[in-house]
Amino acid sequence: MKKLLYIALSILVIQSCTNQSDTKLPILGNREPVERTVDGKTVVDTIYQTISPFSYFNQDSVIITDKDFDGKIYVADFFFTSCNTICPIMHRNMLDVYKKFKDNPKVKLLSHTIDIKYDLPSRLKTYATKLGVEGNQWEFVHGSRDSIFNIAAKNYLVSAFEDSSDPQGLVHQGWFILVDTKKQLRGAYDGTKADQVKQLIADMDKLLREEAADEK
Amino acid sequence: MRNRFIYIFLFLFIPVITIQSCQNEDSITYKRYFVNGKGLYEKNCQNCHGADGKGLGTLYPPLTDSTYLIANKQKLACIIRNGQTEQITINNVVYQGKMPGNNNLADIDIAQLIVYITNSFGNKQGQYDQAEVARDLAACK
Repeated sequence: MKKLLYIALSILVIQSCTNQSDTKLPILGNREPVERTVDGKTVVDTIYQTISPFSYFNQDSVIITDKDFDGKIYVADFFFTSCNTICPIMHRNMLDVYKKFKDNPKVKLLSHTIDIKYDLPSRLKTYATKLGVEGNQWEFVHGSRDSIFNIAAKNYLVSAFEDSSDPQGLVHQGWFILVDTKKQLRGAYDGTKADQVKQLIADMDKLLREEAADEK
Repeated sequence: MRNRFIYIFLFLFIPVITIQSCQNEDSITYKRYFVNGKGLYEKNCQNCHGADGKGLGTLYPPLTDSTYLIANKQKLACIIRNGQTEQITINNVVYQGKMPGNNNLADIDIAQLIVYITNSFGNKQGQYDQAEVARDLAACK
């Protein structure tokens, strides 16, 4: 009887250890099952939601597309430069993420402005420079109103819209969305909360390990 | 004999107690300003200037430079109420941006904010009351 207990305990311990290193981040968003037939048996595949192709101007007035993010994991958010509510807190936190993964060729950051009229690429450039961001690892992008608000709502599942009752006329959520190399959503973190951003950094490390293992 | 002890005790300690209670009232006012100021700071200023008063890059200036805050103390009330667009230099770094005004803040709120800011982040300038703020605001450009 005692032996059994020891065995059960050791199994538990071993399992808890392996679990820690093996856990993968969940895949978020909508999914649909697709049935197909393999060797006469019906198999169900799950198709996960992915980010649709996009094309925007970045802070250097260069067109960037989803192709620039191929083979990389990235974090996306929505903001505008004259926002004085949650954006400064978000980008103070995002700056920590930027510093942690600076010059890592597998990591990019993508901030979409939702102030289409005011935040032209030149303004985004000034903003990035003042924030202390150089190069194009962290892209600040400007697109048409529809393309930005659509990709926010349908692809990144972040609420962002124009609202005349708001003092600044624009309302948006402060989520940081983690996207993997397959363009799937792997995490959503409140960018205004320091502990969630710490979790994001830890999860990015985890995702990078997963991607490296998949490549082998 | 016992009465004499009590008289001597009272004679000696009443002035001490009186002085101390006076100081306490001043320091209570100061503490009240400071605590209320902290709440107002969190609501109106902290997003940009940060919980540690360090600002953010060169987008938002820090509030940690005692020299600037001492030299411009009379301007602080106007800056908080009406915002600021002019270029400023802090610790040899140029800041060019637009700080929005806060018309919703009363004189007393501004006084409490100034007490909090000029006594936090490495600053130690002491009390600043509502009357001084009203005087500063009257002189706004």
